[in-house]
Amino acid sequence: MPEARVITYREAVREAMVQAMRHNEEVFLMGEDVGVYGGAFGVSRGMVEEFGEDRVVDTPLSEAGFVGLCTGAALLGMRPIAEIQFSDFITHCMDQLVNQAAKVRYMFGGEASVPLVVRTPGGAGTGAAAQHSQSLEAWFVHVPGLKVVMPSTPYDAKGLLLAALDDPNPVIFYEHKLLYNRKGEVPEDLYRVPLGEAALSREGEDVTLVAAGLMHHYALEAADALSGEGVEAEVIDLRTLSPMDHRTVARSVEKTGKLVVVEEDVKTCGWGAEVVSRIVESESFYALDRSPARVAAADVPIPYNRRLEAYVRPTPEKVVEAVKALLDARVGVYA
Amino acid sequence: MKSTEERREMLWKMLLIRAFDEKVNDLYAEGRVHGTAHFYVGQEAVAVGAVAALKEGDVITSTHRGHGHAIAFGLDVDRMAAELLGKATGYCRGKGGSMHIADVSAGMLGANGIVGGSMGIACGAGWAFKRRGQDRAALCFFGDGAVQEGISSETFNLAAIWKLPVVFLCENNQYAMSLSVRKAFAVEPISGRAAAYGMPGETVDGMDLEEVYRAAAAALKRARDGEGPTLIETVTYRYLGHSKSDANLYRTREEIRQWREMDPIERFAGKLQEEGALAENELQEMESRAYRRIDEAFEKAAKEPEPELKSALEDVYA
Repeated sequence: MPEARVITYREAVREAMVQAMRHNEEVFLMGEDVGVYGGAFGVSRGMVEEFGEDRVVDTPLSEAGFVGLCTGAALLGMRPIAEIQFSDFITHCMDQLVNQAAKVRYMFGGEASVPLVVRTPGGAGTGAAAQHSQSLEAWFVHVPGLKVVMPSTPYDAKGLLLAALDDPNPVIFYEHKLLYNRKGEVPEDLYRVPLGEAALSREGEDVTLVAAGLMHHYALEAADALSGEGVEAEVIDLRTLSPMDHRTVARSVEKTGKLVVVEEDVKTCGWGAEVVSRIVESESFYALDRSPARVAAADVPIPYNRRLEAYVRPTPEKVVEAVKALLDARVGVYA
Repeated sequence: MKSTEERREMLWKMLLIRAFDEKVNDLYAEGRVHGTAHFYVGQEAVAVGAVAALKEGDVITSTHRGHGHAIAFGLDVDRMAAELLGKATGYCRGKGGSMHIADVSAGMLGANGIVGGSMGIACGAGWAFKRRGQDRAALCFFGDGAVQEGISSETFNLAAIWKLPVVFLCENNQYAMSLSVRKAFAVEPISGRAAAYGMPGETVDGMDLEEVYRAAAAALKRARDGEGPTLIETVTYRYLGHSKSDANLYRTREEIRQWREMDPIERFAGKLQEEGALAENELQEMESRAYRRIDEAFEKAAKEPEPELKSALEDVYA
């Protein structure tokens, strides 16, 4: 066996785009500063040199315009990748995503499809304050017709992006700024990680931790810390928020009887509420021996000050605390 | 220039559009149609004149006031009627209704309930044609209201910098629902905005089919020649309310009467008669035929099957 190749999450996303573009002339990348600048986070660095300005397209600051354009090109059968420079800027193109891309197929009676991928970096932890740090992914989970993907590892980033590019539906692909430099093993071939399938990344008997994106790593760190104290957490990386893989979560909860969701978005109406709700509305409810818990951001905008930012965000330590509180709680009492 | 036969066909399409929307208006008044609809009566010359300038393979995007565009583009009035009655055999299997009639494979990329919503889609079609090296163009219909949405500025600019084969066709029917263009625009004409995007802009009489055709044909030629987009403002008027629930409180009967005197159908029929392309009583005869055709469409649609309930859960994802 040759030694596995290790690359960064950023390189994995880029490799998926490059390979898809080499493979299919109809794939193109469009966004702000994606060309010679290489993207605000360097994800598309070098791509314009290989594919030219017609396929790696620098746009004016017109998210509604170019996401609308990509929606139309997708309707005509092309395979656009639109990059929204910071996920906060997705507000500029909500109509195009929610009223157009997500609706076209249904409202036209199934006679059309929009194979659009929108890539965007989300999340906090970079000192970028309230308008460059949000985690708004739950908005899109709430819109039938869209799929929402949030990879946590370089391997999944490449495989899920290639799967998203194969998918005939609009997919919002959430990257995380703090994951771009994270390294992992990534095969060089074109492989896919299917959308809608969670991964069981750590086995354990005592509690189920469900997370996605950067929070998956926080959950794993928390699991390691808990292990030192004799608590074995099972960790599930959802990978795709919509469609949501309820079965994998349910199977684990039925084993452990305890559920803690770790999510970076604000708690109120965060997607973790959906994870919990699906458990308590199902037969798996009877397997629970504690109330489920959620570790999420406080219901505030993200503050600038380093200590304030850390204070409102989920951290591995907060996950550990939440699990301990759950284990200490009396049976059936909300923690 | 179009042949006599083609010009007679254009008259027929205008009559069909008028008959369709007057029929729909009646059906709403009788409470026989669900939801809402927006009527194209008075604006027929715009859709028919502009669509007549298209070639095989070209596409259109439409608006919430889309019946006229669909009929002009050649959609089947039977299936349109079925969609308005919510039937399984309608263009959208009863899931779209008046505001979402589409036939994407034929190149009618959809009516759109969001004002300005299809401007990006039209640019995307233009982008696809250009990238693929196809000799095709996109005709984007929108109203004076849409010009006030931010998307119009973004798409005008994108189409212009990338020289996309798109024709932006504004139907200035004088009102965005109730707001008069005189109150909504600091600067008129609307076509004047084109200069800001480095594209030609032209205002034409939207009640004159041949004027609309001429402007659209020239703009489509520019688009095909790789010279980029054009903004055409057609000055027109909707005779009926914004939608079925409009009490017309923002305009006078006198104003409506004045515009009706410039009726696009009568004007075009008059020209055909002058040329000897239409006999004395032929307009009336064609008109009755159009109303009969639309009556038949709705009678037939009424007998079509309702969609199965489970179809409400289908087609969310491909």
